[in-house]
Amino acid sequence: MKPHRRKKLTIILFIAAGLSVAVGLSLYALSSSIDLFFTPTQIAAGEATDGQRIRIGGMVKEGSVVRSEDSLDVEFIATDYTHDLVVRYDGILPDLFREGQGVVVEGAVTNGTFIASRVLAKHDENYMSVEVKAAMDAAEAARALPAGAANGS
Amino acid sequence: MRQKQRERCQQVLRMVPELGHFSLILSFCLCVILGTLPLVGASTGNRLWIGLARPLTAGVFVFLTLSLLVLGYSFITDDFSVRFVAQHSNTLLPIQYKITAVWGGHEGSFLFWTWMLAGWMLAVSIFSKAMPDDFVARVLGIMGLIGAGYTLFMIATSNPFDRVLPLSPVDGADLNSALQDFGFIIHPPSLYMGYVGFSVVFAFAIAALLSGRLDSAWARWSRPWANTAWAILTIGIALGSWWAYYELGWGGWWAWDPVENPPMINWLLGTALIHSLAVTEKRGVFKSWTVLLAIMAFASSLLGTFITRSGLLTSVHAFASDPTRGVYILGFLGLVVGGSLLLFALRAPLMKSEFGFAAISREVFLLANNILLVVASAAILLGTLYPMVYQAVSGGELISVGPPFFNMIFVPLMAILVVFLAMGAISRWKKTSAQYLIQQLGIVAAASVGLGVLLPLVLTTEFSIGAAIATSLGLWIVFGIVQDIRIKIANKESTLAGLKSLAVSYIGMQIAHLGFATILLGASLTSIYSVEKSVLLQAGEQMDLGDYHFEFGGTEPVTGPNFIADRATFRVFEDGEFMREMYPEKRLYTQSGSPSTEMAIDAGFWRDLFITLGEPRESGAWSMTIYIKPFVRWVWLGAILMALGAVVAVLDKRYRRLKVRDLAKADAQPGGKQNDGLQPASN
Repeated sequence: MKPHRRKKLTIILFIAAGLSVAVGLSLYALSSSIDLFFTPTQIAAGEATDGQRIRIGGMVKEGSVVRSEDSLDVEFIATDYTHDLVVRYDGILPDLFREGQGVVVEGAVTNGTFIASRVLAKHDENYMSVEVKAAMDAAEAARALPAGAANGS
Repeated sequence: MRQKQRERCQQVLRMVPELGHFSLILSFCLCVILGTLPLVGASTGNRLWIGLARPLTAGVFVFLTLSLLVLGYSFITDDFSVRFVAQHSNTLLPIQYKITAVWGGHEGSFLFWTWMLAGWMLAVSIFSKAMPDDFVARVLGIMGLIGAGYTLFMIATSNPFDRVLPLSPVDGADLNSALQDFGFIIHPPSLYMGYVGFSVVFAFAIAALLSGRLDSAWARWSRPWANTAWAILTIGIALGSWWAYYELGWGGWWAWDPVENPPMINWLLGTALIHSLAVTEKRGVFKSWTVLLAIMAFASSLLGTFITRSGLLTSVHAFASDPTRGVYILGFLGLVVGGSLLLFALRAPLMKSEFGFAAISREVFLLANNILLVVASAAILLGTLYPMVYQAVSGGELISVGPPFFNMIFVPLMAILVVFLAMGAISRWKKTSAQYLIQQLGIVAAASVGLGVLLPLVLTTEFSIGAAIATSLGLWIVFGIVQDIRIKIANKESTLAGLKSLAVSYIGMQIAHLGFATILLGASLTSIYSVEKSVLLQAGEQMDLGDYHFEFGGTEPVTGPNFIADRATFRVFEDGEFMREMYPEKRLYTQSGSPSTEMAIDAGFWRDLFITLGEPRESGAWSMTIYIKPFVRWVWLGAILMALGAVVAVLDKRYRRLKVRDLAKADAQPGGKQNDGLQPASN
């Protein structure tokens, strides 16, 4: 093998090694940091494993928000108008969190209650996340009932 | 009589938005001509057609400027018959936000984006006197084609001058309250300008492919543009990070949000590109790789546009979704990437380069730099697009990929990059002996690891391995820079004379590397050492965090131009001594009814104090979060240093000194191009 060919080969091997390490690392990282998304109906059907980190989405049910008077605890109901899910959160809610609006929450199910680790805000009050919209659409299709707030805007 | 005149005058003024629409269409037409005649002229040698490139560019710029001014005028005059104005403004909106609301939504921001392209085109047409006219014609022609794609996109799917007639709203819907902030005035322009700037480098690469002129002259012409675009993009991303930090209220400066990622991908590819261009200019190798990177960097900016504007991904930045826009951008992206790669394949034989470097040489370290940066950007792209792909493959199941993924990939890759950085900077072109590297860097390694472990051990109560590694890596870069400069000036009569003899572009490089070290230290140390505490406090109650003591003095109502607010007062004590008062606010924008939190921040070189208000309880108590964030300023300080370094490098004399014929001479004698000032001592 000519020296410059050998050099070229070395470099190609170098690149290939780097790439395969990166791909392996990426796949490993992906497998451990994907959050699945569930709707309240799916949670009610027991599709999510207790304690597994997931995301849920739905509407904040009107009149369901209860704030503790002596701690940061907040409890509210996320609904897709078919099933309700009680969400408990120990923290400060984002600015755009409101009753009757869509919400996406990160956390885990424990004994039928959703313990939230993060409540996600959206920049735009008229904007509905694809997750919430999908949850609404699914619920609507299941019940064929008019869900007035489902369009968000 | 006068009454009649006034009415006629008003009628004419009502037509002004049509003028904007008309000049938009006109600039599309000019872009089409610019994208055809000069390109054809350059390949057939038609001097007249080549000569059209500069005047046409000026025309495109003038008419897009007119369009933009008209849109601005519609905002200032509250012309709510223009749909875009009605959606994003309001009579009560302060004037600075009325003007900047131009980029507050999809249509206007795209017009602004396209105008930026025209600005870069104009700059190329002005600062290209040293280049051959046919090459400039090709560059401007390609940018004209890009401009044609952008303007057509606006006219076809997102016209900012669409009217709501005859029943125009009396008042507008107001600008999104989160955008009514100083950050909104400066972040989008700089980000867009940097983003769009890479289309210049792309156009240079395509022009080089078309003309067959892939030599070090081409690399030399491209470098100032690549550096400038990269510097502005760096600042744009940093401003976005800073804005998110003080406006969004969760104390974070980077979230790996699906729309933060595309600029990051672009930045990483851009970083690879400016390094690869250096090798192509200095050594005439990596040509095909450099061209490919230029194509990828531009494609990633289009992909960013697609992700932001197609509504396919959930994100804080997403504009309202419209599938036709996504399809159009994807089609344009396919056309650009497909066309460029086809041309690339056809011209591949041109790009043969001699393989004149050894296994340990600056070339190899820069190659490693490029591989790591490209891999990092590919991994971020994977994480960003994965939810979309997963949804398509699994039949609608939704997932999200969170920060842990990105950190797990990005942090180790950057750590390896840093190890190579100091080695690459200190080694020589072509061949460096392992012995030389060990001899020069052994002490640097010992000092950085020693201090890196010692400092966290001494200064903090709880030893953190992560902090030790991060400090070691940061010091590795800093000490590496010092050592390299020491070697360079060792033979000079005095230190001062030595420092004066350093090439400007070399100084730029070292400033940028110092900036990188600063970001590395800031990002890791603030992640490790930040503390926060969320509490519910009554007026008069107090709390402790770290060395600080906070007294909550209650809230009072205040009124702004278009909002009402509760303003809280905190008295802050450091180590028991009164330091200052801080005033976080909770605002309610009256027109849109949307609440917004205004943080109170005490910024400092070593640490930030950060208070954000939650909401009041019936008892009168407020929920709030208080943060102490050490070193967080270093993240943005580092970005400023990096951008400064890139700009300093552009000021190097050699980018202005050489005229076309000198370059031709330099190319004719390959030995000649090594002594041009970047590395006086190492050549």
